[in-house]
Amino acid sequence: MATHSLKHALFCAVVTLIIAYPILGLDLEARGTSVVLAGADTATVVSVLAAALVVFVFQLFRHRILGSLGTMPSLNPFANREPMPQDKRQRLETIALVVLVVAALIWPFFVSRGAVDLATLVLIYIMLALGLNVVVGLAGLLDLGYVAFYAVGAYTFALLHQYFGVSFWVALPVGAGLAATFGLLLGFPVLRLRGDYLAIVTLGFGEIIRILLNNMTWLTGGPNGIGGIPDPTVFGMEFGRRVKEEGNVSFHEIFDVAYSGSHKIIVLYLIALVLALFTALVIRRFTKMPVGRSWEALREDEIAARSLGLSRTAVKLSAFTIGAFFAGFAGTVFASKQGFISPESFVFLESAIILAIVVLGGMGSQLGVILAAVAVIILPELAREFSEYRMLIFGAAMVLMMVWRPQGLLPMRRIHIEINKQE
Amino acid sequence: MSMLVLEDVHTHYGKIEALHGVSVEVNKGEIVSLIGANGAGKTTLLMTICGNPRATSGRVILGGRDITRQATASTMRSGLAIVPEGRRIFSGLTVEENLHMGGFFNSKAEIRKSQDYVYELFPRLKERQYQRAGTMSGGEQQMLAIGRALMSKPQMILLDEPSLGLAPLVIRQIFEIVGHLRDEGITVFLVEQNAHQALNLADRGYVLETGRIRLHDTGANLLANPDVRNAYLGG
Repeated sequence: MATHSLKHALFCAVVTLIIAYPILGLDLEARGTSVVLAGADTATVVSVLAAALVVFVFQLFRHRILGSLGTMPSLNPFANREPMPQDKRQRLETIALVVLVVAALIWPFFVSRGAVDLATLVLIYIMLALGLNVVVGLAGLLDLGYVAFYAVGAYTFALLHQYFGVSFWVALPVGAGLAATFGLLLGFPVLRLRGDYLAIVTLGFGEIIRILLNNMTWLTGGPNGIGGIPDPTVFGMEFGRRVKEEGNVSFHEIFDVAYSGSHKIIVLYLIALVLALFTALVIRRFTKMPVGRSWEALREDEIAARSLGLSRTAVKLSAFTIGAFFAGFAGTVFASKQGFISPESFVFLESAIILAIVVLGGMGSQLGVILAAVAVIILPELAREFSEYRMLIFGAAMVLMMVWRPQGLLPMRRIHIEINKQE
Repeated sequence: MSMLVLEDVHTHYGKIEALHGVSVEVNKGEIVSLIGANGAGKTTLLMTICGNPRATSGRVILGGRDITRQATASTMRSGLAIVPEGRRIFSGLTVEENLHMGGFFNSKAEIRKSQDYVYELFPRLKERQYQRAGTMSGGEQQMLAIGRALMSKPQMILLDEPSLGLAPLVIRQIFEIVGHLRDEGITVFLVEQNAHQALNLADRGYVLETGRIRLHDTGANLLANPDVRNAYLGG
C-alpha cells in the first residue's frame, strides 16, 4: 500500500514536471534574425519544482487528506435541508426572477460601456443556451452542431441587409424562421440516430454550414465576412451620431439630450434582455405543455414513449425546430451587436461552449442554464489579469465542477402537474 | 368476433427471418397466452403487432382493420396498448406523471377518470402517487406499467412477460389483475415464460417454437398436454 502510493505520487510529480517545465521554464527569444531557446529565470524554475513537490506530497497523503475533508461539515448549508413545498418554492422563484429582471433593467445606466457590452454578449449566450437546453436537456438529443443555426440567423440578417436593406426588426423573425427551417431539415436525416451517432452527424452539419459560408464567396464574402450591419432602431429612431438610413430620426435630437456613445449600447442591451426574457418565457411555457412532456418522455425511454402512441418523428423534429429557432434569434442579435460577421465566429468551439453552459447549469434547468451562461462568459473576462493562464483556470474550474457537482449548478427540479385536485 | 388476427406473418431482422409464418387469432373479451422458450420470437411477435419491426409479409388485423403497414404511433392510438418487456416506466417522473403520459392523447377529464380507475385497481399506486417511479419496487413498477397502459382506455392490451423478475406472491397479484381486466371486457394477449400460471389463466393458448406456432388449444388442454408439460412445465 505504502510503496504503491509512493510510486503513484512520484509518477504524478514527474508528469507535473514534464507538463509544466517546457511551458513555463523555457522561453523562445528573438536575437537578431534567429530565435534561440533560453531558460527562464530561476524564480520560475523554482516555482515549477515547488509545484511538483506540492503534487508529490498531496498524492502521497491523498487518502488521508481527502478522508479528513470528508469528515468536515458540508460546505453547502442547504445540503441536508428538507425540500421546500412546491407552491412556496414557486412563489420564491417568481419573486427572485422579478427582482432579477428589474435589476437587469436598471443597472446598465450605472455601469461602464464595456460592462454593458459584455452583458449583451451574456444575454446572447443565454438565448443560445436556453435553445440548446430544449434539444439536449429536455429531449436528450446530443447536438454538437448547434452553432450552425446561430450562423444561419446571423447571416440571414447580414445578407438581407446587404442585398435588400432589410432592418433588424424584419430580419429577426425571418432569421429565426430560417434557422428553424434548417433545424427541421437537419431533423429528418437524424431521426433514427441516437447518442454518439447523432452527435457526429450534427457536428458534421455544423461544419458544413461554416465551410459553405466560407466558400460561397460570391454570396457571403467568404472569409472576409460581411460588414456594415446596422444597429436596431426603436420606432424609427437611430442611436448613432448621424442618421444613416433615410426616413429615420436620431434619438438625441428628438429628445434633445447630448449625444452619447453609450445610448446605442444600452439600447442593444435592453433589446437583448427583452428577447432573452421572451425566449425563457416561451420555452418555460413549452415545458408545461404536452409537447414539453413528450420531449421528456422521449429522453427517459424512447420505446416506452412510442408504446404510448407518441410519434418519434414529431417529437424529435419539434425539439430540433424550436431549439434552432432561438439560435436564429440569438444570431440576429449577435450580427447587429458586432456589426460585422464572418465564418470565424461560428466555429465548433462555440457549439462546445454552449453545450458546456447547458451541462454546467444542469440539463433541463432554465435558471441553472442562465446562471451558467453568466459564469462561463464573465469568468474568463474577470480572469483577464492572469492573461495567458485564464483559459487554464477556466478549464480547471470546469473539471472541478464536474467532479463535485456532476448534476450541474442548479439541477432541474420538475414541477409536478396536478390534474387531480381533490377536495 | 375476433379482435386481433395475424395471418401468416413473417418478420425479418435485416436478412434473418425471426417469424416464419405465424397465425394467431384473439377473440374479443378473451385472454390468450403465448408461451415459448427464450429466443422463440415471443417479443418479436408482439412488436410486429405494434409495427416495429413491420411484418415483411402476411397481415395483422386489429378490430377488423388491416394495420400491417400502419405507423406505430397511430396503431398505439387506436385502442391498443402494450406493457413492454422490462416495464420501461419513466423512472425520473412521478407515478402520477407516468399515468398522465399514458393518457397523453386524452382530455383532462378523461385522464382524471381513468386515473381514478387505475388507483382503484392498484391502491398501492395511489399511496405512492407523488413518488418518483424509479424508486419503487419491481412489483409496484409492473403495476404502474399496466396502469399506464390502461390510461388510454384500450380495448385490447398486450402484456410482455409481466412476471419477469418478480416474487411469486407479486406474480399472483398481477395475474389476478389481468383476470380482472378480462371481466371488465378488455381483451388480453399475454406473452409469458411462466407457462403454468399463464395457461391457467388463459382461455386459449399458443406455443411458439423458433418462430413457428407448434401447438394451439384451450388453456386447460395445453396444461394437460404431455409435450407441453415436458418442455415448459418441468415434467
